[in-house]
Amino acid sequence: MKKYSYTEKKDTRSGFGSGLTYLGRTNPNVVALCADLVGSLKMNDFINENPDRFFQVGIAEANMMGIAAGLTIGGKIPFTGTFANFSTGRVYDQIRQSIAYSNKNVKICASHAGLTLGEDGATHQILEDIGLMKMLPGMVVINPCDYNQTRAATIAISKHIGPVYLRFGRPAVPVFTPENQNFEIGKSIKLQDGDDITIIATGHLVWEALEACDMLSKQGIKADVLNIHTIKPLDQNSIIHSAKKTNCVITAEEHNYLGGLGESVARVLSENYPTPMKIIGTNDTFGESGKPSELLKKYNLSSGAIFDAAKKLIKRKK
Amino acid sequence: MKNQKFLNELVIQVRRDILRMVHKVNSGHPGGSLGCTEFLVILFNEIMKRKKDFNMDGIDEDIFFLSNGHISPVFYSVLSRCGYFDIKELETFRLINSRLQGHPTTHEGLPGVRIASGSLGQGLSVAIGACEAKKLNNDKNIVYSLHGDGELQEGQNWEAIMYAAAKGIDNLIATIDLNGKQIDGKTDDVLSLGNVKSKFISFGWDLIEINKGNDLTSIFNGLNKAKSMTGKKTPICVLLKTEMGNGVDFMMNTHAWHGKAPNDEQLKLALNQNPETLGDY
Repeated sequence: MKKYSYTEKKDTRSGFGSGLTYLGRTNPNVVALCADLVGSLKMNDFINENPDRFFQVGIAEANMMGIAAGLTIGGKIPFTGTFANFSTGRVYDQIRQSIAYSNKNVKICASHAGLTLGEDGATHQILEDIGLMKMLPGMVVINPCDYNQTRAATIAISKHIGPVYLRFGRPAVPVFTPENQNFEIGKSIKLQDGDDITIIATGHLVWEALEACDMLSKQGIKADVLNIHTIKPLDQNSIIHSAKKTNCVITAEEHNYLGGLGESVARVLSENYPTPMKIIGTNDTFGESGKPSELLKKYNLSSGAIFDAAKKLIKRKK
Repeated sequence: MKNQKFLNELVIQVRRDILRMVHKVNSGHPGGSLGCTEFLVILFNEIMKRKKDFNMDGIDEDIFFLSNGHISPVFYSVLSRCGYFDIKELETFRLINSRLQGHPTTHEGLPGVRIASGSLGQGLSVAIGACEAKKLNNDKNIVYSLHGDGELQEGQNWEAIMYAAAKGIDNLIATIDLNGKQIDGKTDDVLSLGNVKSKFISFGWDLIEINKGNDLTSIFNGLNKAKSMTGKKTPICVLLKTEMGNGVDFMMNTHAWHGKAPNDEQLKLALNQNPETLGDY
């Protein structure tokens, strides 16, 4: 079993900021827009270095999405930045018509996704955004797991032609993936190799899945752990391959269990290799104020919840 | 204007296209289309600097966005009669497998269309984005957009109107089709827009009014005036007062033909008022 460790915790939004700064220096067509949250989105370095390529739109997200769509007409690659809630639900029709249906090369970059936004509470903690975005034809949906991967994803999506939803978060979380990694859209990353159960996780819950894997191994249970950073297009082959080996699959995401990664995996497996499954996500509920770690525990998204679910699920194996 | 006779004939021919298109599929929006026929004919033939071949990025040419996408019949007719695609294709309007969708879209790759529209209130933001791209590209050409007046009830417009003035978007000429009507009735009765002119001015725009919005010379002079006002750190609004259903007597002075097609008899009557000029598709 591979040993994963970390020396520091960093927020994934800073990984986005760092990737954007890199793009500012390397791709003159990359432009950025923000709706009054440049500090939260860590866009300051890009703005300082490229003031002409930054558009502060104020608290007007619908207008921001339209302007981003328009900027593509003329060859620009716009990266919009605001919280996940205001990047998706608030502007769904603007994204649907002006970006997705119009197939515009806009990168919708969304911070503070999920419960781990913490103290601001449910008005800001969107748990439905993956579902909203994956339903749009042609939209790529990415939810990287740590600082390094978010930086790599930010750079990678600039090379993909077409709309992308990039989801990341607020709190500092363990940095455990390699610096300067190659990020391949649509390709999952195998983190642990095991025969007893598959754990498929995305975003912040990838680290929780690795911790659960450690706990399981102490009881002699070996887990296959997949980091699915791209929810759409989904790496079907890796999922099916792992399910055939372990015959039971847990998914884990910081999102409503309706409409997220889990449902996408369930579709793949039910169509190709029906397998006992447990979807770990929020239980069709809104969030609330609290510390990120407290919220993950209360809403059963922590490593402990994954561990408990794994032990139950293994009993259902045929 | 270069050739008034041709432009007059083109207006009548475009009206015929609109009427025949919506009649064939018994759906679509003839009222606003007829109201904006003269405007689009002048804009595309006399005002805009256009390249012969369509290119999505529109570099080194003027570009146009239709925000009130439901007047697709007039947009498609003018595009085809300006050479973007064969006029024969107009007969596929709203039919299955057509590039001429009910509302304009880039999805089917129809030349001349740069954004999907139909869900209202989004076009001004897109036009502003294209203006910003032109500025970054050091492209001195102009972005034109057309909006319904009822469409101003959508809040996104006011975000965009505020932005354009605050950021000095001075390569934009946004025209409001001020026909005073929308699906449910008069804009004054549905949700009054108040004083549109003073609203734009108070938001920091420069504005001109074209009171005879169905008169070719008035439109030509007005748009040239608007053009002369660009490049001065201020966005330009054109208030175009039009008559919904213009050119067909029984479709004028009512909102009834906003989204209704004529029947066989009505089509005949309407076409008789607009005899064929440049050849039907």
